[in-house]
Amino acid sequence: MKTPKTISQISTQDTATEAEKWQAGEVAGFLARAPEAREQFYTAGDIPVERTYTAADIADTPAQDIGLPGKYPFTRGPYPTMYRSRNWTMRQIAGFGIAEDTNERFKFLISQGQTGLSTDFDMPTLMGYDSDHEMSDGEVGREGVAVDTLADMEALFADIDLEAISVSLTINPSAWILLAMYIALAEKRGCDLNKISGTVQADILKEYMAQKEFIFPIAPSVRIVRDMIAYSAKTMKRYNPVNISGYHISEAGASPLHEAAFTLANLIVYVEEVVKTGMDVDDFAPRLSFFFVSQADFFEEIAKFRALRRCYAKIMKERFDAKKPESMRLRFHCQTAAASLTKPQFMINTVRTGFQALSAVLGGAQSLHTNGYDEAFAIPTEDAMRLALRTQQIISDETNVTQVVDPLGGSYYVEALTNEYENKIFEVLGEIDERGGTIKLIEEGWFQKHIADFAYETALRKQSGEKPVIGVNCHKMDESDVKIETHPYDLETAKKQISRTRRVRAQRDESKVQALLDDLVQTAQDDSQNIMPVTIKLVKAGATMGDIVEKLKTVWGVYRETPVF
Amino acid sequence: MASTAIRVLLAKVGLDGHDRGIKVVARTLRDAGMDVVYSGLHRTPEEVVIAAVQEDVDILGVSLLSGVQLTVFPKIFALLKEKNVNDLIVVAGGVMPDEDVVAIKKMGVALVMLQDTPPKEIIASLQQLVAERGPR
Repeated sequence: MKTPKTISQISTQDTATEAEKWQAGEVAGFLARAPEAREQFYTAGDIPVERTYTAADIADTPAQDIGLPGKYPFTRGPYPTMYRSRNWTMRQIAGFGIAEDTNERFKFLISQGQTGLSTDFDMPTLMGYDSDHEMSDGEVGREGVAVDTLADMEALFADIDLEAISVSLTINPSAWILLAMYIALAEKRGCDLNKISGTVQADILKEYMAQKEFIFPIAPSVRIVRDMIAYSAKTMKRYNPVNISGYHISEAGASPLHEAAFTLANLIVYVEEVVKTGMDVDDFAPRLSFFFVSQADFFEEIAKFRALRRCYAKIMKERFDAKKPESMRLRFHCQTAAASLTKPQFMINTVRTGFQALSAVLGGAQSLHTNGYDEAFAIPTEDAMRLALRTQQIISDETNVTQVVDPLGGSYYVEALTNEYENKIFEVLGEIDERGGTIKLIEEGWFQKHIADFAYETALRKQSGEKPVIGVNCHKMDESDVKIETHPYDLETAKKQISRTRRVRAQRDESKVQALLDDLVQTAQDDSQNIMPVTIKLVKAGATMGDIVEKLKTVWGVYRETPVF
Repeated sequence: MASTAIRVLLAKVGLDGHDRGIKVVARTLRDAGMDVVYSGLHRTPEEVVIAAVQEDVDILGVSLLSGVQLTVFPKIFALLKEKNVNDLIVVAGGVMPDEDVVAIKKMGVALVMLQDTPPKEIIASLQQLVAERGPR
C-alpha cells in the first residue's frame, strides 16, 4: 500500500491541481444537488471570498511576512509570548456627571477586576468649552465627565494610584490641556513621571475625517499633537501620547479597509511632523499607540489586525527608516462596535459584543473595551458594564484562547485575507500620496466622502436584508412590554460643576493667569516652540480649559467643515 | 397643479459630532427627490430656527446622539412660537431613551427616527407628514 504523502512532500502545484480536481469533482457534484446560498460571498468589508482556501493561496507569501510573534513584521503579535505572560488590559471606559461620580464608577470597575481605566469626557470638555459657556447648556456631565480645571482632575483620580494603574484619556482637540492637568496632578502627588503609564487619544486628524470633534484649523491642531508626542517622549517614558484611531472612522461608516488605511495615513502625518522637529524616529515611535474597532465579520477583523501590524512595521522601517524593533511593533486598544448594537432585543447585544471581543483577542489586542448591552439607549449602566467586563473575563479565563499565541496563524484563509488587506492598505496609501497627501484630502472631503458612501450602502443593505441584523430586519419580536432601566442623569450636575469652576476662578492669582495666557499666545505664534510647558503652568495656576482654548482661538481661529454626503 | 418638492432642513444642534445618520438621511431624501439643506455641525437652536424660516422648509429634522434632546427641543419650540411659525414639521433622529422619545413627542416632535430605521420608511413617513399637513 502506498503511504500518503506528508504536507512537506506536496508541492504547491500538486495542491492547486488537487483543488481544481475537487472543484470539478466533489464540488460540482454537490452543487448540482444543492446550490450555494449565493453565487459570490463577500466579507462585511466587501472583499470577495473563495469557497475555501489551500496552501496554494498563500504560497507566494514571503515566509518572513507570517514569521513568528514578536518578530518583524509582527504579523503574529507585537510580543513573543503575548497573553501567556501578560493578559490584555481590560479597560472599560467610564465617565459621567462631575468628577466625583466618575471616580466612584472607576473604583467600582477596579473592584470588579478591571485592570486599566479609561475616561470619557462630556461634550463641552471634548470641545474645549467651560461648563458655564452657553454652548455647554444641557451637555455638562451628560455623555462623559465634566473637567474644567485641575481641581476636577484631582477629584476624578482621588484615591487612585497613578503609578499603579494605566489611565486612558479619550479626548482630542483639547487633549493637550487634559494631559497638562494629568501631569500637574502627578507632579503634585509626587509621582515619578517616568512611572506614569497611560494613553491620551489626541488623534486630531481622524476628527476631521470622522468623529468631528475639532476646534482649530488643521495645521495648528497637528502641531499640538506633534508637541504632545515630543514632550512626552522626553519626560514620560511609559506614556502613549497619541492613540491613532480607526475606531471612529469605522463607526462613522467606513469599511474595514478604509478604517485601516486612513488610520495609517494619519500615522504618517504625525511621524513626519515630529521628525521635522529634528527628533529621531526611534526616540518616539515606540510610544505611538493605536485604537481599532472590532466589527462583526470575525475573520475579516482578525486579518485586519494582523495586516495592520505588518503594514505598520513596513512603513516604520521602510518609509521612516526606524531601527529599533519597538518602533515597528504596533500595539492597539480595541473596542467592540457600538454602531452594531440594536435597541430591539437589546440583551442580544451581549452576544454580539462577545464575538467581537473574541476576534479582538484572536487578533492580538493589548487592551479591550467591551460595549454595554444598553448603549443603543444611553451611556451604560453599572450593570451593563459589569456584564461587559465579565464577557472579557470569560474569554480570558475560561476559553483557553490565551494559551497559544496567534492560534489562527497559518490558517490558509486568515493568512490569504491578511495578505489581501496588506496589499489593499498599501494601494490606498499610494493613492493618498498621489493625490497630494492626507491633509489636502481632508480639506477636499475625500475621506469624508468615502466614509459617507459606505455608510449609505450599509444602510441600504440593512434595508434590503442583504446585511442581516437580528431583531431589526429579521427574527423580530413584539417588545411592547419590554422595559429597560437606563443610566440616569442628575439634573444638579451642571450646577455643582459650575460652582467648582467659579470657585477656582475666584481663588486664583488672576494676574499670574493673564501673564501666562500672554505667554501662551507667544508660544502659539512660534511654531518652533512646544506648547506643553506653558499649558502645564497655566493649569497649575488655575486656568480653565475655556480660558486656554478661547485665547488660542484669537490666534488660530476655528475650523468649520464643508459637509459632504 | 405642479407638485413641488418637499423641502427639508437637516440640522445638528449642540456639540455632538455624530453625523453618520444625518448624512445617510440627507442622501436618502435627496435621492427621493426632496430639496435637502444640511446645516453642518455644532449649530445653536437659534441658527437652526432662523435657517428653517429663511429656507422656507416643510420639515426640520434634528439629529441628536448626545442626549440633550430635553434641552434642545424646548428651545426650538419656544423660538418657533416666538416667530409665529405654526406649520413647520419638526422631526428627530438619533439615539435616545424611550422615555425621552415620549417626552419630545409631547413637545411637538412629529416623528422620532431611531437608529436602523430603513431609508424607505423615512421617505414614506416624511411624505405622509407633509400630506397630512396639507398645502401651505
